[in-house]
Amino acid sequence: MSSSRIRSYAAPLARARGLGSAKEGVEHWWLQRLTALALVVLTLWFVWVVVRLSHATHDQALAFVAQPCNTVLLILTSVTSFWHAALGLQVVYEDYIGHEGARLGAIVLTKFAAVVLIAATCIAVLRIAFGVV
Amino acid sequence: MAEFTLPKNSKIRTGKTHPKPATSKKPKTFKIYRWSPDDGQTPSIDTYEIDLANCGPMVLDALLHIKNDIDQTLTLRRSCREGICGSCAMNIDGMNTLACTKAIDEIDGDVKINPLPHMPVIKDLIPDLTHVYAQLTSIEPWMKTQSSPPSRERLQSPEERAKLDGLYECILCFCCSTSCPSYWWSGDRYLGPAILLQAYRWIADSRDEATGERLDNLEDPFRLYRCHTIMNCTTTCPKGLNPAKAIAEIKKLMVVRR
Repeated sequence: MSSSRIRSYAAPLARARGLGSAKEGVEHWWLQRLTALALVVLTLWFVWVVVRLSHATHDQALAFVAQPCNTVLLILTSVTSFWHAALGLQVVYEDYIGHEGARLGAIVLTKFAAVVLIAATCIAVLRIAFGVV
Repeated sequence: MAEFTLPKNSKIRTGKTHPKPATSKKPKTFKIYRWSPDDGQTPSIDTYEIDLANCGPMVLDALLHIKNDIDQTLTLRRSCREGICGSCAMNIDGMNTLACTKAIDEIDGDVKINPLPHMPVIKDLIPDLTHVYAQLTSIEPWMKTQSSPPSRERLQSPEERAKLDGLYECILCFCCSTSCPSYWWSGDRYLGPAILLQAYRWIADSRDEATGERLDNLEDPFRLYRCHTIMNCTTTCPKGLNPAKAIAEIKKLMVVRR
């Protein structure tokens, strides 16, 4: 038990109740499971793509990505996997980082990183899809 | 951060050895965690070589034999000696269980006994349960109703009553909570399997009228969602209950009511 948050003269019940219930958590839990479910299909597809394109030329790879169905699936894979990773890492931080400030900082940085990675991959895919490259 | 090594004052040293009697028909060695708040020493593991011919079959019998006949300073909680009070919960041979229902002959080699893991120790095998009892109070483990009380008992169908099976048997020994890594790391805020099973016992009770309020109080990243279905709770429960399932049922209800 982390001793840093124990107020020595507070009644045990006051300590147990703390700041009360956050009245959230179910959305995070549910979204983590939904993204996991989606990733079962999307990851299998993505592995198939990597295997299929492993011997392709650059032009063949661009043509593959530019097909509408593949563009959509690639964007979905990017959004789902990065967001699932951010949700999962948040759980790890909540488990193992006791210091409130450090925990909040790690969560914020991870969410920012996830958004940047999602934006970068989506724009890359869309540029290929719309023939900008 | 979570602590992965013992703090300096918790490092365990080798303690005293109480050698076996000269004529020992059935010798067995017990290695028992000792710590006293009074002598300023770090904890130790004391060794007791006893003759099983002089005591009953359970680990509690051996502990009481040691306390009565070998070393009166050994300190432990016990009461009913038949697995219903939960007092003698401790870590025996690496598993949290009740000393009174654990047979000595189930254990190969030396019998290693420690207090329930990751709780503050009051003395020897006695953990400080203040916080976990306060957490129990915080979930208000009693029937809450608003309807006017009936003139007789509050009725329940056999099917409604059956929903409490596997829940009402919990004796609050806290073997489960103290076996849970999530409770070790976040026990100040996470309620742990014992308390969540108790919370579900009242959520599942058809006579209780405060289900929504109870779920409101549990919906929290720390109080409830520190459970990662590690399942140590279910593996270790000396009453054969399934706290992990009770927690899963609470999580299901959280989704259902969205």
